[in-house]
Amino acid sequence: MLVCVSFPALAEIDLSGSWTSKNHEDNLERGAGPNPDDWAGLPFNESGRAKALSFSQSIISMPERICWFQTQWHVAAGPFSLKIWSESDPLTGKIVAWVLGGWETRAPMTIWMDGRPHPSKNAPHDQTGFTTGEWNGDVLTAYTTHLKTGYIRRNGAPSSDEATITTTFMRHGDMMTLALVMEDPVYLTEPYILTRSYISTATPVAVAGPPCIVGFEGVEEGRVPHYLPGKNPFVDEMDKIYHIPREASLGGAETMYPAFRDKMKDKFVIPPKCTRNCGVAPGAGN
Amino acid sequence: MALAPLLLAQPPGGRGGPPPNPKAAAPIDLTGYWVSIVTEDWRYRMVTPAPGDYQSVPMTMAAIKIADAWDPAKDEAAGDQCKSYGAPAVLRVPEHLHITWQDDQTLRLETDAGKQTRLFHFGDWKNPDPGPTLQGDSLAQWEIQRAGPRPVNGSLKVTTSHLKAGYLRKNGVPYSENAGLVEYYDLVKERSGDVLLVVTVVVTDPQYLREPFIISSHFKKQAGDTGWNPTACSARW
Repeated sequence: MLVCVSFPALAEIDLSGSWTSKNHEDNLERGAGPNPDDWAGLPFNESGRAKALSFSQSIISMPERICWFQTQWHVAAGPFSLKIWSESDPLTGKIVAWVLGGWETRAPMTIWMDGRPHPSKNAPHDQTGFTTGEWNGDVLTAYTTHLKTGYIRRNGAPSSDEATITTTFMRHGDMMTLALVMEDPVYLTEPYILTRSYISTATPVAVAGPPCIVGFEGVEEGRVPHYLPGKNPFVDEMDKIYHIPREASLGGAETMYPAFRDKMKDKFVIPPKCTRNCGVAPGAGN
Repeated sequence: MALAPLLLAQPPGGRGGPPPNPKAAAPIDLTGYWVSIVTEDWRYRMVTPAPGDYQSVPMTMAAIKIADAWDPAKDEAAGDQCKSYGAPAVLRVPEHLHITWQDDQTLRLETDAGKQTRLFHFGDWKNPDPGPTLQGDSLAQWEIQRAGPRPVNGSLKVTTSHLKAGYLRKNGVPYSENAGLVEYYDLVKERSGDVLLVVTVVVTDPQYLREPFIISSHFKKQAGDTGWNPTACSARW
């Protein structure tokens, strides 16, 4: 007797559903926002650092920027949970795309799985970008191009319109870890890597926030808040609060690696007791 | 379609032969030298955070009370300089890893920072003299992803018990001897060709954590032992 058994050409796994973001790392940076001029661990080049130093937080209160979207990097830089679903071909049932629902500050990410090519390099760029994906076993890898300029930290660390993002989805039962790798030849000397973890939840995650309405936030039309070279008042903020020296807080690839600690070891003094942003949630008791 | 990965402490044999041992059946190669890439929680990892800075950790009030009493001098006097190098925290330390097969059933992970050694035992291993110890007892399983009979990818799941109490962070954020640890080791290949090791860590502790503490750390594969610099544990740095 001949027994025919068919196997899928490639292993795949279902990513659909609502996923709660576990903000147990970089909680302050992803939530309320990072400290000014905290770029430690960012593989900046001189251009990236110079542009970041010109950043004034008030720039996002410009009328034309109040409703400005973040790029897809905000999946890693923001605090939000995910809703993921698939889009199928109605005739074949084959999945043609996976979609990460958007937030009020980030457009949905559509990951095309049907083999379509990325657009011409001359095609328009936007904050959403263009993303394709492929499976390697149960691991989905998505590649995003055609992004507009944006921020990789919400304190002015920039990304350019040549930046690309590779996002790897690794599911382990009810848990999923995303590894996001940004490459940017304009502002980075090495890939910038963040990993984030999520837990599957039965509570639906909303895929859009309230509509953004432009209002006056203190920056009159026509003014572009910024700091001129050498005039950024927060350049030693991390030293004052955390005793992290300027050579570390201003970033650079070497600040990502363990050997950089040797440069700080002899000078470092443990800061005094934490008095703000200490992270102790009210009612933390059992 | 959804395919559940096969969880294999001892991989199956094929065509009646003996099952391949875990080393031979490894769906991914974790061996070699790896270096931490510290892009997350930088101020909690690269320097010693301020006393009382517990950002991101879902601590209980009991944990806060313990952490508020953190005194590195006391730890040094007690010979407890390694409390922040226990299994739940050691991969968060900026460091190099050296991973090798100790034998066909045991994967060995060494760190240069704090000079720690962890052993991941496959199969039905049991410690005849269970801890508690700083690195605990770790049982390992391959999660093998197959397309039909052919393995195409996979990851390593490690479950650790019998832990001695320690710190999740250098500034005294505690975990207790009741803590449990589950880790997933995945490889990610960058477009540049670099290979990343991503370790997702889940720490549970009914005494000191309000919910599972979940973080993920990443390491870059090195061609050799560049930068390998064994250093003793420190309670202050």
